[in-house]
Amino acid sequence: MSDRIDVRKTYKLYVGGKFPRSESGRSYEVTDRKGHFLANAAMGSRKDARDAVVAARSAFPGWSTATAYNRGQVLYRVAELLEGRRSQFVDEVAAGEGLTTRKAEAAVDEAIDRWVWYAGWSDKIAQVHGSTNPVAGPYFDFSVPEPTGVVAVVAPQDSSLLGLVSVLAPVVVTGNVAVVLASEERPLPAVTLSEVLATSDVPGGVVNVLTGRTTEVAPWLASHMDVNAIDLAGAPADAVTELQVAAADNLKRVVRPEATDWARTPGPQRMLAFLETKTVWHPIGV
Amino acid sequence: MAVAEMGSKKFDYAPAPESRAIVDIQPSYGLFIGGQWVDPTDGHAFKTISPSSEEVLAEVSEAGPGDVDRAVKAARKAYDTVWSKLPARERGKYLFRIARILQERARELAVLESLDNGKPIRESRDVDVPLVAAWFFHYAGWADKLDHAGFGSSPKPLGVAGQVIPWNFPLLMLAWKVAPALACGNTVVLKPAETTPLTALLFAEICQQADLPPGVVNIVTGAGDTGRSLVEHPGIDKVAFTGSTEVGKMIARSTAGTGKKVTLELGGKAANIVFDDAPVDQAVEGIVNGIFFNQGHVCCAGSRLLVQESAFDEVLESLKRRLSTLRLGDPLDKNTDIGAINSLEQLTRIRELSEVGESEGAARWTVACELPDKGFWFPPTVFTGVSQAHRIAREEIFGPVLSVLTFRTPQEAVEKANNTPYGLSAGVWTDKGSRILWMADKLRAGVVWANTFNRFDPTSPFGGYKESGYGREGGRHGLEAYLDV
Repeated sequence: MSDRIDVRKTYKLYVGGKFPRSESGRSYEVTDRKGHFLANAAMGSRKDARDAVVAARSAFPGWSTATAYNRGQVLYRVAELLEGRRSQFVDEVAAGEGLTTRKAEAAVDEAIDRWVWYAGWSDKIAQVHGSTNPVAGPYFDFSVPEPTGVVAVVAPQDSSLLGLVSVLAPVVVTGNVAVVLASEERPLPAVTLSEVLATSDVPGGVVNVLTGRTTEVAPWLASHMDVNAIDLAGAPADAVTELQVAAADNLKRVVRPEATDWARTPGPQRMLAFLETKTVWHPIGV
Repeated sequence: MAVAEMGSKKFDYAPAPESRAIVDIQPSYGLFIGGQWVDPTDGHAFKTISPSSEEVLAEVSEAGPGDVDRAVKAARKAYDTVWSKLPARERGKYLFRIARILQERARELAVLESLDNGKPIRESRDVDVPLVAAWFFHYAGWADKLDHAGFGSSPKPLGVAGQVIPWNFPLLMLAWKVAPALACGNTVVLKPAETTPLTALLFAEICQQADLPPGVVNIVTGAGDTGRSLVEHPGIDKVAFTGSTEVGKMIARSTAGTGKKVTLELGGKAANIVFDDAPVDQAVEGIVNGIFFNQGHVCCAGSRLLVQESAFDEVLESLKRRLSTLRLGDPLDKNTDIGAINSLEQLTRIRELSEVGESEGAARWTVACELPDKGFWFPPTVFTGVSQAHRIAREEIFGPVLSVLTFRTPQEAVEKANNTPYGLSAGVWTDKGSRILWMADKLRAGVVWANTFNRFDPTSPFGGYKESGYGREGGRHGLEAYLDV
């Protein structure tokens, strides 16, 4: 055995393209499935959540008006970087989820391919889910999907990378911005993903990643009046109703949690959940 | 130079040539069949030249019927054994790879395209090559989303596609053909035009670089006979052709009764319609872009300018002033606006039709500019006093020649615009939104540009009405051409 002392890393939040510590000054221990220490992660607070929403909101105008082609390019580049971090993700997923290396590899591969799948939707969703409407009159009438705004994402608790990618990518590909609350006990893939995003072309603030106690932070996101939608994929069963009630204050669009096999190729539902439809009328005549 | 002297001197551009050192052109090329470079067994060799200098760039193989047969068999084998069995998303990832390599080798492709085709580097660099990569990115994403494209669940590919493309946008037309075909799960045999084979051959190299399975893309060079062997080969399931209406009709006849799916993107004689409320400066930019982009070698070029009578003088004066600032010359010079005509044959046709225009009574106006000694050149030319009966108003010239007609009412503009066997594109210039949409409703054309012209995007379907062909390329609609639906 080597005498060398390993250099241990401090895991922080990812807000507005930067890596701040929690303003609360708190952290918590992350362990593998057998209870061995893996790392200390920041324990995000209400204030961190509010900072993340502000950062997300300020990134929304730029990201939502980027061309679909540009967003697709930026997200595809993220997939290239994910591939470069493949072995790190495999280690983290294996340790956090208690998977064999082979199963962890399968989950990571699926996560990278899932990211590519969603990247490819950027310039297609409008063509598949927009329309021209044959109204009975001399009007040109068309409907286009537009991003709803700031989306809070309570990431799945079990599937720490594949589940995370499966709820995050559909939010941002269409031009929304996200505040992600990572899996409470398995936050490391989310932190690594934030490092990937920080070195990619995704503008700061488009994705913000918080770690901490789900039951502490999620209610502040659910009730925040500048959050437009919330995905409750990883919300604890006994908190779901309460979070939906809080979300009703400004009529957030809500995706309710349901049992999901994250390995299956999804449909467009998670993208559509965070899209508004805008219909435009224009007269036709000389 | 003293400041006083500068006051009277006209500034000119210094030469700004793009280096051609980035391109490594081989002295001779074989055919790309089954992932390998092979010599033609029953064909010959021909030379491809740079139309701006007449310099020989390389010797290229002419594929005979036996070579085409080998290519079709290689494509079939790749379809049966590899490509049709590959999960859709893996197919997509190959296309993403190709897209990335196209971006990484963009400068090389642009320089080679300008050398072989004669188009200005500004266009090959800023239009052709970026669109080529975008096309592959777009269709890469479709490969595993065909279930969502509106053609029923699990739509099936056709099999082997035979694709024949023209010389005006050599690499871009390749992308329009190859990207959707592969995304839908087909394999292809592609024949580039005989005067512009080099970027297609470089693309073959890119397929190797991307580790694309052998036989998925096969490239056979040659002229019309090679194209005919491919189109008439019984082993292909699909014919995709971009080129002249004349050849398009021949293909429609020769594929009759075969069961091959056919899409044709053919000629055009687009009307670019300018109303008197249009912002003149913008309209003039659009007119120039419409007919002088790519030396007018554009099937959707706005070759007929229809100007509302009340705006005629102002538009024409402004147009001539603008044309006088265009720079004609070395395609590799970054300041060049107008490059070389692609071939002597095409130059001859442009000259002939221009002479016919004069002899039929139209007034010819040509920009006063020096033409280089070597190569094929034709200065931007405008005909006024053109009637609908004139050949220059009816026939596709495919060169930098604009025919100007006038109209008084929107109805008259529509009648004149539609008075053509073609129906590929049209342009409308007016400040009034409702009139744009009224015109768009009435125009029998596959693409209508309003207050813009010659815009292309991988998400936007493109193709013609009437004798401009059938089928659409681009976007979700473009998938239909390569699916069994």
